[in-house]
Amino acid sequence: MSEFVIENRVHDPAELTPRPQLAKLQLDRLRQTVARVAEVPFYKEAFRKAKMTADSIRSLDDLRRLPFTTKADLRDHYPLGFLAVPRGQVARFHGSSGTTGKPTFCPYTRGDLNTWADLCARFLVSGGLRPEHTVHIAFGYGLFTGGFGLHGGVERVGATVVPAAAGNTQRQVMLLQDLAADVLVCTPSYALQIAEVARSMGLAPHDLALKFAHLGAEPWTEDMRTQIEAEMGLLAFNNYGLSEVIGPGVSGECAVRNGMHIQEDHFIVECVDGETLEPVPPGESGELVFTTLTKQAMPVIRYRTRDIAALDPAPCPCGRTSVRMGRVVGRTDDMLIIRGVNVFPSQIEEALLKVEGTAPHYLIEVDRPAAMDEVTVHVEVRPQDFCDKLSQMQALHDRIDREILAITGLRVSVNLVEPQTLERSMGKAKRVVDHRKEKGIL
Amino acid sequence: MKIKQLSVFLENKPGRLSEPCGVLAKAGVNILTLSLADTQQFGIMRLIVRDWEKAMKVLTDAGCVVKVTEVVAIEVEDRPGGLAEILEVIETASINIEYMYAFTFRRGDKAVLVFRFDDPDSAVKELQAKGVNVIDGVELYSHSS
Repeated sequence: MSEFVIENRVHDPAELTPRPQLAKLQLDRLRQTVARVAEVPFYKEAFRKAKMTADSIRSLDDLRRLPFTTKADLRDHYPLGFLAVPRGQVARFHGSSGTTGKPTFCPYTRGDLNTWADLCARFLVSGGLRPEHTVHIAFGYGLFTGGFGLHGGVERVGATVVPAAAGNTQRQVMLLQDLAADVLVCTPSYALQIAEVARSMGLAPHDLALKFAHLGAEPWTEDMRTQIEAEMGLLAFNNYGLSEVIGPGVSGECAVRNGMHIQEDHFIVECVDGETLEPVPPGESGELVFTTLTKQAMPVIRYRTRDIAALDPAPCPCGRTSVRMGRVVGRTDDMLIIRGVNVFPSQIEEALLKVEGTAPHYLIEVDRPAAMDEVTVHVEVRPQDFCDKLSQMQALHDRIDREILAITGLRVSVNLVEPQTLERSMGKAKRVVDHRKEKGIL
Repeated sequence: MKIKQLSVFLENKPGRLSEPCGVLAKAGVNILTLSLADTQQFGIMRLIVRDWEKAMKVLTDAGCVVKVTEVVAIEVEDRPGGLAEILEVIETASINIEYMYAFTFRRGDKAVLVFRFDDPDSAVKELQAKGVNVIDGVELYSHSS
């Protein structure tokens, strides 16, 4: 356990807005958002069908008359069908894994980038960050929103950033030592990996200067938090977000660390049954749905996250008036999160299709034997795939490897197996075996 | 003048070698010779049997992935230099050898080697022109019981 105590600091007084005022603010901003997307083809058509305009929104209850937006809808309008501003106003593109080889592009105006930095600053500050701190960011910097998102938040707080990015853990440990960072930002499993590599380098993770960690981009358990805090001698905070909504900054823990405060002045959250899409009773788990209230480049209305969590509206001792969400406990689709990367089984299928023309039976096996996730993709060798030339079989193996990397961004182990050895089932084939679930890690 | 060789895909898993061998044993198929090529991830077992069609059927029925390839059996003197001389003939004729292995038995005082060439037909023509004794299947199988 860390001996550090977190003060209850608030980055933005708006976090303390009384609920009646917050509701009025949400309503005004909801109308503005509906007006903003009026010319976006998907919403234009949906509003027309539902006979909705910005004016027909009289109360927050009218939200339920607006359409849901899904990942498939974003994909159907690839690349930029959901852009709500002229292209010239887009200051930056980020991206998120798509269900197929194409990513989902997430555009930001200058205003969006400013909002984003503030939202990340909120949870960083509520999680102990001060301007005099140094923050080591071990997230990928690229289309992925984790790196740049946290970077913007740290700079907004006025703290010092070390943009370590991803990979080369020995070098990361060296940087943590030599620059004496106070705060670590990465995935929870990577935090454990850093600790492990530090030990293998003869260092006690406790001896690093780290005081806090802000961990996210993959689900993790309270047990994992206890483990990370014990191994590294710091306080670990959870944060949550998704690129399509804004990236990190949708919610984060306060000093009380009993749920993550959702930034309700920027997002309306709903918790619905994954099948019926009706709201679940307060406190029950359901699929989180977000409507952006201030995003300009790509507002989304009732975006189905497929993440399952519970909402707790009870007042928090920290004074923030926003609803808190529990940890994400599962998904209502088949998406996997591996080493912080979103992966859809359909992407693996697409890779196999590209290499072999047709997709043979395959199985994705995920495990976390040590700190990091490992993936093995078992692929059945059919008569048409097999030839007597060893080099050709090796080349087939390598091509599958490369194609999976190209489509998902993830390095996996490809294992060619004999036919009829992977489980067949009636109806939907079982494509994934996730040992992390059995181990209670997820 | 070409021999049919069966290639069987082997997963990298304990016991993957004994399964096809067991299948053939049960079907009464005698393996004349075999060779294993492997990588870290998988292997290819190459077999020469008497009744390749029967072998292919029982292996395929048992769920193995099998391919037929044509290889060339060459008789060489079973003495030091026997192989080297043949290889010189092959290399001088610029015939590319993909792989080779030896039969487990001899014909009299001669040894029998198996070669996989990219173009077995033209390789056979060239070798016979140089006086190399290429054995055909009938001769080969008549030896073994």
